[in-house]
Amino acid sequence: MPVAPENDAVPAAASRVPVDPDAGGRALPVPVLRSSAATDVALIATFAAFVAVCALLPSIAVPNLAVPITLQTFGVMLAGVVLGPRRGSLAVLLYLAVGLAGLPVFAQGTGGLAVLGKPSLGYLLAFPLAAGLAGLLVGRARSLPTRWLPVAIFGACAAGSLLLTHPIGISVMGARLGMGVQEAIAAGATFLPGDVLKNVLVAVVATAVFRAFPDLLQRRP
Amino acid sequence: MSRRQDRHQRPAWSGPLGLYASGTTWLHRLGPGAKSVGLAVVGLLVLVVRGPWGAVLLLAAVTVAAASAGLRRRNVLRSLLPILVTAGVVGLYQWWQRGPAIAVEVAAGLVTVVLAACVVTATTRSDHLLDALGRALAPLRHVGLPPRTVALSVALMIRSVPALLATAGQVRDAARARGLERSPRALLVPAAVRTVARARSTGEALAARGLGD
Repeated sequence: MPVAPENDAVPAAASRVPVDPDAGGRALPVPVLRSSAATDVALIATFAAFVAVCALLPSIAVPNLAVPITLQTFGVMLAGVVLGPRRGSLAVLLYLAVGLAGLPVFAQGTGGLAVLGKPSLGYLLAFPLAAGLAGLLVGRARSLPTRWLPVAIFGACAAGSLLLTHPIGISVMGARLGMGVQEAIAAGATFLPGDVLKNVLVAVVATAVFRAFPDLLQRRP
Repeated sequence: MSRRQDRHQRPAWSGPLGLYASGTTWLHRLGPGAKSVGLAVVGLLVLVVRGPWGAVLLLAAVTVAAASAGLRRRNVLRSLLPILVTAGVVGLYQWWQRGPAIAVEVAAGLVTVVLAACVVTATTRSDHLLDALGRALAPLRHVGLPPRTVALSVALMIRSVPALLATAGQVRDAARARGLERSPRALLVPAAVRTVARARSTGEALAARGLGD
């Protein structure tokens, strides 16, 4: 079956959200769209599983970058951006709870309470907050013209990671390893290039998701 | 979509039992709540106790407890290996920067907490731990988060991981067929869109059965 690259990106869009070609691709009012608590639960649980899959998949080797990056933070930020602040941070919290309970859903198939003792604990604790902040900022930016949406999403993710993930992660790492401020920042800065790359990916992927499911951007409980 | 097939693709996912190792020792019989509290106490002690001797003593105590759990030494060592490497590197660095006392304190503290947590994880079934978490979160029903919903979300998530892994495999095959297996966009956009679509239909199925409301 010959498939154009764009076609399999939007499998459910045609059947779920009618798009008027005359209205410049804008979505028509959807006839039946129940925003129920059941759908919220399903979105939260499925995105928690998506974060787990992102952390488990073999990392993507990036040219010009020494360390291969895992997609864990990509999944976290995507959950925040797509689901909005409340559901997004709940999804990440669910992922953390299930991982702490011992299921091997953290990067490299690890899991269990052992992560509480690791120096990288701060990054994990910051994830729900960063996802929430990114979701909040994207919700504010939804009235922007469509072509600015990816830029807005990238900015929201960058704010989440620069204001929350890295400061909290670096502070905890510095405290656990007995490092000074400058040493800790230097050690934490090695994650920055991969982080920028992942935020670009979030912007691209989330824009495609919003194109397939415009109501996710319009209604953000 | 059998689990065996998924395990064939991704050995890292070892199923809903997680990292538990069955047994009948006193640590296995102790309730998950008590063990979690014990782990929190160990974590606090590591933070409070100063000096290399206290840290080494704490590590020795936790090692004795770990030995009494009857775990297979190879499994414990395998889960400890990453933190042992980290502790070694950080210990050497701190020895060079701040002397042996700080080095021993920091390295022993790291290994202590991770070892204690590994023991709790290996002697507690994850479903029991999740049940304990659900009970601990029960007061949240006053802010609109009933324990039933928490339990449902956990079950849904655990069910969704193998399904999404299978989806990721399909998407990767599709991208490879088009020669795009190195394009993150061709891999991630369909995976994310199908995740949302799956969540939507799951939500409709839940609503149709009167669940989750």
